[in-house]
Amino acid sequence: MNMDNSVNYSQQQLALNQMFKDINPALSARQAGIESSRCYYCYDAPCIKACPSKINIPSFIASIHADDLTGAAKTIYKENIMGGSCARVCPTEILCEQACVRNKEEEKAPVRIGLLQRHATDNAEFEGHPFERAASTGKRIAVVGAGPAGLSCAHRLSLLGNDVEVFEAEDKAGGLNEYGIAKYKLTENFAQKEVDFILSIGGITVHYETALGRDISLDQLKEDFDAVFLSIGLQDTSSLYLDNEDNEMVINSVDYIKELRQATDLEQLDIPKDSAVVIGAGNTAIDIACQLKRLGTEEVTLVYRRGEEQMSATKHEQQIAKNHQVRIKTWSQPESIDVDDNGKVTGMSFRKTYLEDGKLKGGDVQFDVACSAIFKAVGQKMAYPDAEQLIPTISNGKIATFHNQLTSIDGVFAGGDCTGVGQDLTVEAVQQGKLAAIAINEQLNVSITTPLATALSA
Amino acid sequence: MADLSIDFVGIKSPNPFWLASAPPTDKAYNVERAYEAGWGGVVWKTLGEDPAAVNVSSRYSALYDHNGDVSGFNNIELITDRSLEINLREITEVKKRWPDRALVVSLMMPCEEQVWKRILKLVEATGADGVELNFGCPHGMPERGMGAAVGQVPEYVEMVTRWCKQHSKMPVIVKLTPNITDVRLPARAAKSGGADAVSLINTINSITGIDLDAMAARPMVDGKSTHGGYCGPAVKPIALSMTSEIARDPETAGLPISGIGGIGNWKDAAEFIALGAGSVQVCTAAMIYGFNIVEEMKEGLSNWMDSKGYENINDFKGLAVPNTTDWKKLNMNYKVVATIDEDKCIGCGRCYQACEDTSHQAITVTSNDDGTNTFGIIDDNCVGCNLCEITCPVDDCITMDERSEGQPYMNWMEDVRNPHREEA
Repeated sequence: MNMDNSVNYSQQQLALNQMFKDINPALSARQAGIESSRCYYCYDAPCIKACPSKINIPSFIASIHADDLTGAAKTIYKENIMGGSCARVCPTEILCEQACVRNKEEEKAPVRIGLLQRHATDNAEFEGHPFERAASTGKRIAVVGAGPAGLSCAHRLSLLGNDVEVFEAEDKAGGLNEYGIAKYKLTENFAQKEVDFILSIGGITVHYETALGRDISLDQLKEDFDAVFLSIGLQDTSSLYLDNEDNEMVINSVDYIKELRQATDLEQLDIPKDSAVVIGAGNTAIDIACQLKRLGTEEVTLVYRRGEEQMSATKHEQQIAKNHQVRIKTWSQPESIDVDDNGKVTGMSFRKTYLEDGKLKGGDVQFDVACSAIFKAVGQKMAYPDAEQLIPTISNGKIATFHNQLTSIDGVFAGGDCTGVGQDLTVEAVQQGKLAAIAINEQLNVSITTPLATALSA
Repeated sequence: MADLSIDFVGIKSPNPFWLASAPPTDKAYNVERAYEAGWGGVVWKTLGEDPAAVNVSSRYSALYDHNGDVSGFNNIELITDRSLEINLREITEVKKRWPDRALVVSLMMPCEEQVWKRILKLVEATGADGVELNFGCPHGMPERGMGAAVGQVPEYVEMVTRWCKQHSKMPVIVKLTPNITDVRLPARAAKSGGADAVSLINTINSITGIDLDAMAARPMVDGKSTHGGYCGPAVKPIALSMTSEIARDPETAGLPISGIGGIGNWKDAAEFIALGAGSVQVCTAAMIYGFNIVEEMKEGLSNWMDSKGYENINDFKGLAVPNTTDWKKLNMNYKVVATIDEDKCIGCGRCYQACEDTSHQAITVTSNDDGTNTFGIIDDNCVGCNLCEITCPVDDCITMDERSEGQPYMNWMEDVRNPHREEA
């Protein structure tokens, strides 16, 4: 994907970009050459097994080493058309890089697979799209939601010769890549460039600002299309269940990150100057805490009711927070949101916690943290549109999927964060979209299926 | 502290590290910098007849290893492009200022006795310690009937060597070209001609690579190229083999050898000396890293010699020669089998892939519940080829353990499986 940076940014945008420089800068060609030589080209490579999208990692690294960036990128895109953003946002430290056999050597230094993948996808040059669509099957598939799962599914369906219509509630495609990933992980306008790249295969029409339950219904889609793929993501956030939670300075982190990612000027953001408290322990909590520090909030305290070991943010993410001088308070659960007579948030009260027989208990110690804003990052939930008549089976709050991403409704498949499998990683969403596309294609086109390998080698 | 000094065919040098005849020894400025850095000697870049050679622009190219370091080096530079007068004057001055260092002068002349006679007198007058006859330069000069064009014809080697011995009292070292089928033939010829020593190897005909955009080899001179001479770490194995051939040859056994070819550190030097070299010459490593590398070379060699109890160079010179033999004399009853240390194994599976695809299917793979693999050796299938040990990235993880079954030494000439064996 060509990283054309010739877009003209305003001074304000440039200032914002400067503030949110890439946390993990790209490798130079020389660095990539040396790093690629570190790959052992393992038999039955553990990194491939650890990659949710099953990219042939040793192969693309060997291609980088042989100066074939086109081949490297193609190997990546074959399995994961969002290889560019996955290279940036994947928690490689718990995926491919954790599996790298070089961790077992004395230096304990895995091959920097994520950065190599980025090197390949950033620098490979293609005339047009890298893959050619198979002959038309005449089949039409509806994809609901243009996030990673939806885009991946749409792309694979199109590659296999199907026509796809994507329905997206927002006015841009990309999903969390566009609206939810920390700004220092996907910098500049990468998410949209990637969307353009994916759509350049052709055969995919995106309807923006078209929401399920409002503008379209599953019933109708089932009628109009040969199959439907649901990738509607998560719409709702979990609550703290405390008084004053509706105060305007008690903010949903995902909403704020979305605002920040779309902002072109700092003036558009309400930035707490002195202090903020972040409640949560996942990557979103880390993301918002670090971004607040970058925006200039003096004191940012991340509070979690359990310990570091239980945090769903990886060690690597926790370290990023520490590097941003975010204060992390563990074993502390929120008791109240403190507001003054004018309705201004002044702080939060917490109670220290401890584990007893595996159960979290409140202790005797109480403490306050002064702050002017509170950012909630205690989890997101799926909210299936109320207006919908046709509802697939929901299990544990998410759409239940069976073999090949099929839902309880015939002809309706689902993937991504709205389904219950995995850890809601971008790369998992991409894989689920891909697998659903392959399954849909096989189901619809049994007699005329173009072998996948043929389509990919085109 | 080991004594590194040498007396090579009467040429004394405080250490065995000489700079080979090449760009680093082209003029007084470089040579004096080398002496200051601690080099024991230099072979001055080859002198020729006036008018001096003229060089092209764009002269070197390289082959790089995985880390981008130079593993092979190629040049199309000719002999000195400075006049004889300037070179001789500088040689005289430098030798006067550095009497304790070796200064050998490399020569390349047309095959005419009078020409050689004249130049030898001039060199002798400089006070230089000896001459090295450049019968090896593989590029440019052979087109003019010199360099490798002489070295490839043993009769010419012998003839010119004899002239040199007749017309000079200086030690004569004959530098051999590797661009020949059997290096022993020119070595024997040099000896017959009276050479005091041979030095080898000169560079190997080479093209380091093709620029696939320009469709021409590097180095490129206005879109065209020509083969050059190859040196650097990549040629060391060839140089060691040729050195051993001459050291082992009964006809040249004992003929002093100055070892050249890919020497970049003390270990390389020790290897050449173990195969019989009495001095070693370095060029590529100095051209890549500068003259200071001699410090680590001297220090390393000395430390190693101390650790082995070798007091001087002669103590280990040639010790590997008797152990370098013909294939037919190897022990057919010797057997090694690979062993994998499971504690050290990181699970990369390179050994399995290599053995399964390209060797003897002697490695097993067992899948573990956690998704990793465990690898093992099938002793009966293992022929002891070392391939797995070579592919293994972990030190001492795969070792080749001796499993000889107590049978006595028996070579191929005695082996019943040999239809042409020599009956006892």
